[in-house]
Amino acid sequence: MSENTNLKESILRTSGVNPKKCMKCGKCSGTCPAFDEMEYHPHQFVAMVEKGNIEPLLNSKSLYYCLTCFACVERCPRSVEPAKLVEAVRLEVIRQQNQNHLTANDIPAKLDSEIPQQALVSAFRKYAK
Amino acid sequence: MNFSYYPGCTLKTKAKDLDKYAVESAKALGVTLDEIGEWQCCGGVYPVAKDEIATKLSSVRTLVSARDAGKDLVTVCSACHNVIKRVNYDMQHDENVQLKVNNYAQFETPYHGETNVLHYLEMLRDVVGFDKIKEKVTNPLTGRKIGAYYGCLLLRPSKEMAFDDPENPTIMEDFITALGATPVVYAQRNECCGGYVTVEDKSFATKRCNAVMASAAEYGVEELITACPLCMYNLKENSTDHQLPVHYFTELLAEALGVKE
Ligand code: SF4
Ligand code: SF4
Repeated sequence: MSENTNLKESILRTSGVNPKKCMKCGKCSGTCPAFDEMEYHPHQFVAMVEKGNIEPLLNSKSLYYCLTCFACVERCPRSVEPAKLVEAVRLEVIRQQNQNHLTANDIPAKLDSEIPQQALVSAFRKYAK
Repeated sequence: MNFSYYPGCTLKTKAKDLDKYAVESAKALGVTLDEIGEWQCCGGVYPVAKDEIATKLSSVRTLVSARDAGKDLVTVCSACHNVIKRVNYDMQHDENVQLKVNNYAQFETPYHGETNVLHYLEMLRDVVGFDKIKEKVTNPLTGRKIGAYYGCLLLRPSKEMAFDDPENPTIMEDFITALGATPVVYAQRNECCGGYVTVEDKSFATKRCNAVMASAAEYGVEELITACPLCMYNLKENSTDHQLPVHYFTELLAEALGVKE
């Protein structure tokens, strides 16, 4: 429990989000372009972090499907900014030792002749520390 | 009209056309873009977490270069613009970021977000003026039905980007009109292309881009314009259904101004 409390506090601190502001309208998830790909949707990130039920989020592929498109941030009527929570939960994982989701060894298989540098730089920023 | 200019990595490699036509069109409009010396990569994505400092330093160095040159800063790539503009917002509003960046960097004059950051389209709208551009068009793109693909990065978060109405933007449509073409508004113009998640799962980018292309086609768009090399890549390489042509907005500008060789 105390470990979970620390985890929750750490996530709230790095995200700057106050999940208590959420009124559970679901608009963030309704507008999320990654809805089908995410097993936990933006409104669930908000509710689960608030409850301290964070373990399932840490292990979810949802962390790597968020596009940081900020649609959920822009359209939330309560300025909760769910994308910042998704980011903070992902950072809890990849900031640990040896938890990078993407490494240089993965890159050759992903290259094609047209892929822009921007895609690789961005993916490393998102998926590795 | 004289600006500091930040092109960014991809504009020197895969997206050379975005850069080249931006610089050539600016010349034709009487605008000088002075490329910042020794600029560094912006990092591609804005570091969202509150405790990120080191990842913001390259953007701050760019902003300080522009400030020290006494000029506003112009960007072209949507991603670079999003990163640099938001880091500048932090340097104006976030005391923790201000303090740590300045303590670390030790600039001759501490930086607090003084630089005015303009996307190239904002420069066209707010400094040159679309009416002026219209006058300079020698090769109007008459009859072409063009859809603006805004994507995410130019518009959101609107509080920080202050680019246009995030849900009903008009700047790119006004740009298209100034070139003599017909802008076509379609539903998915400000929804994500799949972005960097194409590196994680290409099929997801394909799904997103098919949705964008289908929406554009449904509304009668015949070609799309973008300001982002990653949107360009996803739309061109990852769409499988409708494949509308996609151009950088600067290429169309150069064409209309008669400076595209
Ligand atoms: S849109 Fe905002 S208020 Fe509504 S469920 Fe999502 S986070 Fe909560
Ligand atoms: S930022 Fe992430 S969670 Fe929010 S709408 Fe976009 S993809 Fe969904």
